[in-house]
Order: sequence, then C-alpha cells, then structure tokens
Amino acid sequence: MIPYLTRRAMHSAFALLGLIIAVFFLARLTGDPTDLFLPVDASREDRIEFARKHGYDRPATEQFVHFVGDVMEGNLGFSLRKQRPAVEVVLEAYPTTLKLAGVTLLIGISLAIVVGALAAYRTGGWFDRMGSTLALVGASAPDFWVAITAILFFSVSLHWLPTSGTGGILFWIMPVTVLALRPFGLLVQVVRGAMLDALASAYVKTARAKGVSESAVIFVHALRNACLAVVTVAGNLAVGLINGAVIVETVFGWPGVGKLMIDAVIQRDFAVVQASIMVTAIAIFLMNVLIDLLYAALDPRIRHQ
Amino acid sequence: MSDPVNSVTNTAVPVDNVTNTAVTADTRSIAAQAEMVTVRTGLPWWQLLARDRLALCSAAWLVFLLVCMAFGPEFLGKAATDINLRARNTPPGSTEQGWLMILGSDALGRSMLARLVVASRNTLTVAFTSVVLALIVGGVLGLIAGYVGRGVGNLIMRLSDVIQSFPSLLLAVVVLYMLEPRVANLIIVLAVTRIPSYLRVARAEVLEVRERGFVDAARAMGASRTHILWRHVLPIVAPTLLTIMTVDFAVVMLSESGLSFLGIGIQPPEITWGLMVAQGHNHLTQAWWLAFLPGLAIMSATLSANLLSNWLRLITDPVQRWRLEAPKADS
Repeated sequence: MIPYLTRRAMHSAFALLGLIIAVFFLARLTGDPTDLFLPVDASREDRIEFARKHGYDRPATEQFVHFVGDVMEGNLGFSLRKQRPAVEVVLEAYPTTLKLAGVTLLIGISLAIVVGALAAYRTGGWFDRMGSTLALVGASAPDFWVAITAILFFSVSLHWLPTSGTGGILFWIMPVTVLALRPFGLLVQVVRGAMLDALASAYVKTARAKGVSESAVIFVHALRNACLAVVTVAGNLAVGLINGAVIVETVFGWPGVGKLMIDAVIQRDFAVVQASIMVTAIAIFLMNVLIDLLYAALDPRIRHQ
Repeated sequence: MSDPVNSVTNTAVPVDNVTNTAVTADTRSIAAQAEMVTVRTGLPWWQLLARDRLALCSAAWLVFLLVCMAFGPEFLGKAATDINLRARNTPPGSTEQGWLMILGSDALGRSMLARLVVASRNTLTVAFTSVVLALIVGGVLGLIAGYVGRGVGNLIMRLSDVIQSFPSLLLAVVVLYMLEPRVANLIIVLAVTRIPSYLRVARAEVLEVRERGFVDAARAMGASRTHILWRHVLPIVAPTLLTIMTVDFAVVMLSESGLSFLGIGIQPPEITWGLMVAQGHNHLTQAWWLAFLPGLAIMSATLSANLLSNWLRLITDPVQRWRLEAPKADS
C-alpha cells in the first residue's frame, strides 16, 4: 500500500510542478511580464521601476529560481487592485467556493447513486429510461444558460428565489442545483454502468445462491462495489466542479474564488490570477492524495499490494 | 469522418443491403436462409442508424446545423447585421415583421434567426477544429506512449496528468489572459485541455492490441513499427477514439460557450451562441428570448452529439450491438 501511495503522490506532485513551470514560462515567454502585472495605462518609468524591483530584467533561469522560492514561501505577488498580498485575497475567497462545492457534491453524489442504482436494477424500465434521459440532459445543458433561465423563471417571473448574492437557504437552492447538474449527469451513468457490472458478477450470483435477501444483495454486495467507481471519478468530478463554480459564482454573484478570478481577469490583476491558479493546483494535489488514501482504504486489493 | 466507423461497423458484411427482417427471409430458399445466417454479422451503419429514432434525429439535426454553418452566413449575413429600429425587441412567434423575425429580434431590431445562423459558424468551427486537433495530437501521442513503452511513454503520461489535474476552464482563462483571445488561441487552448482523454484511451487500447497474435505475426514478417501502428493497431483503436470525439464535441462546445459567456472567448463584433447568451443576459427582464434561444441552440447541439455518441458506443460494442440488430419484437 505504501509504495502505491508514494507512486501516486509522486505523480500528483509532478503534475503540480509541471503547472508551476507552465505558469512561469507562459507568463515570461509570451511577452514582457510587466505588461501582465501592471495596468495598461502604467507609465514607462513605472514599468522600468517595477521590472527592476521584481527582477524581470534578470535572466530567465535566475527569475525561475526566484519564482519557485516565492511559491514555496507562499508569496505569490501583490494585488494591484486590492493593495494586499494576492494569496490573502484568494484564501479569503476559498471557503465560499469549498462550501458551495461540498454541498453540491454531497447532494449530487447521493442522488446519483440512488438514481443510478435503481436504473440499473430495472434495466430498460421506465425509471431507467427517465433517469438516463435526465442524466444525458444534465450532462448536455450549458450551466450558464440553465442558471439564467432559472433566474428568469424562479426570480423574475415567480419571485420565489433571490436572483443573486449570499444569505439564507433560499440563496443556495439555484446555485447548488445548477452546479450539481453536470456531476449528477456524469455520475448517474457511471453508477449505472458499475452497478450493471456488479449485478452480473459472480459474487452477486453466489450471494443469491446462498439465499441472501434481495435488499442485502443490492445494498451490501452490489452497491458497495459500484460505489468504488464513484471514488475513481471523484478527482475528475471535483476538478470539473471548479469549472462549474467559475460560471455559477459569476452568474449568482457568489464571492468565491471563481468570481474572484474572473473579476481579476477583467480588471487585469495578474497577481490574483496567478495566486488563484497556484492555490487551486495545491488544493487539487492534496485532494488527489486524499482520494488515493480513500481508494486504498476501500479496495483491499490495493491495500494488500 | 464516417469512413473509419463504416469500415469497422461492417466488419465482414458487404453481403447485401436487403433488410434482414423475418418477412423477407421467409420467402427465400432454406439454403439461402442458412447462408444468410452464417454470413450475416452485421447491418451497414445507416440501417442501424435508421433503427434508432433518437440517434437518427440527432444525426439529422447535426447535419442541419452543419449546413447552417456552411451556407448560412452567406445568405443571412446581411440580415444579421441589418438594424431595424421599428422592429426592436419583437417577441418570437410572429411573422408580422417578416419571416426573418419568426424567432424575434434584439434591442436593435436585428433578426434573431439570422444571428443564430451566423453565430453557428464560429461556435461549431471552434468546437469541431479543437476536437479534431485534440484527436490527432492525443491519438498520435497515445499510440506512441502505448507502443514505444516505458521512458517516452511515462513522460507523455505525466504531461497528460498535468493537463488533466487542472480545471480546463481555469487553464483556458489564464492562457487567454496572457495571450490575446483570438480564435486560433482559443482553439489551441481548448484542444490542449481535451488531449488527455484521447491519449489515455489510445494508450490503453494499444497496450492491449500490441499483445495480440496478428501484431506478432506482422512483426515476425518484418513490418516496421510505423507500419504496424498505422495498419494494424490504428484501425482497432479508431472507433473508440471517434466515439470519444462525439462526446468531446459537446464538452468543447460547452467550454467555448462558457468562455464566450464570461467574456474571455471570442470577442465582439464576432458572435457565438455563448456570446449571444451573455449579451441577452443584460436584457433578461425585457426580452427573455435573447438569452434563451442561443442557449437552446447550444443545448440542442450538445444533446444531439451526446445521443449520437451513445449510439456509436452501442454499435462499436460487440456485446451491446445485438440490441440494435435484432428485429424489433413489436413491429
């Protein structure tokens, strides 16, 4: 188990390192970094001063060593718009996004497991067809459009829900639903497929032959193994969720990291963009390690490797 | 595009295109029937398509969109930019202002129908080009990673990990922030984010296929590596990659629309469906159709692509294929 985990962690760490290098070189090689960091209307003197202060006039290799050192220390630049270290700004926005993503994942996963399992249990039945169609629509719908349509319907026409902002439970309903749509669509298909395989497997036949009750066969034997499939796609799912969060936060005005990043792009505040990228990459690295641990805990074949 | 699918789905079937329903079979001699049973291994893909109504509708709709993309802007380009202040914010469903206003008009009185058709070119071209680029690069890298093995293969896989472990939208946002949001840059960014899925699948299949007897036989007969990859391995991997391509078409279209919606994708005065939703967002309370209809267009295309890919997966899977080939019980 330890070699497996070390290997996986090394892979994730390599990905993290690759991203740091990519961000550095993209920012340096595509043009003068002062153009990225400073506003368009900055004066020539300001640019020269800024370049000297941050070492942008030195050779690229020296800059890279400096950059990696800064990243290790958590120094990711200074937000020009907010006049504060960019890391602080990003870390302040993170809890909002994590809360939104957490609630969405919880609801999306549990709902998808129930729907996927029931659909697989009666393949071709009305529930299977309905569930599969719903999953397909969920996976195909543009989230920003669903969000706007929901605002139009539930806020503008019916006045049931607030259009945007944060607050009580009413503010959560639309963002969570819209954000859950795509993971739900994906997961239903995954769970249904895994469940079909599990129900056709030898251990389920053995359990049935032993006279184990039908509910125990489904919930103890088949579903538990089908749930492993959910853990396998959990990493992709969480990464995809951040994509969705960018859109949902922008449309519903949630002060999370997605909205922060889009605002920073529009205001051309590169330090914040760079810091959001780095913090997100580190968060994903930690999550991947966590998922591997969970997978090893759930699957004895990996534990005893 | 349809060629490789065709060649694989008809594995051994240039027999006849006569339908295989029981009625026609009964009228033949027993010998002929027996021959049909032994020789028939599958129907041509168009007959399989005709049997699945949903897939047929999806394919027809996608073809229609392609026609709009190819010829629409030439016919409706002028109508899409013509300002008609007398017909401002015409709601959809009436032809009082002429048939071009059937889907309503925007705040400047421009026809929605014409704008949707013109925007289809940018939207579909970006999505299609990105997917094809990702397919080629990812497929080739996957073949290499699978066939060449350890050193190079591992390096390629780790690079794909880097791309895959990061949210594609954020990656696109950053790159488009650093570079200009031009169409070419957008296509490259979207293609890069989709490469890993082709790479992984191609590699996994190659690892399995290279152990098979016919590859060994080709190697024993002195075939070169490129020849084996191109003539013996690729035809087996291609259908799977094409199935992923249809799903990816939907994914990329959603990403591109999302970027356009956020204002980081293609810039005005060019239009895409995502950009139209963003522009309509500001007029939501006065003219709902401005944001609703382009979104519906996106959804129709992505849903069609997903349905078509489900069908492709079914016919390229020997275990599942009978579901479409078996004569319908109720007809």
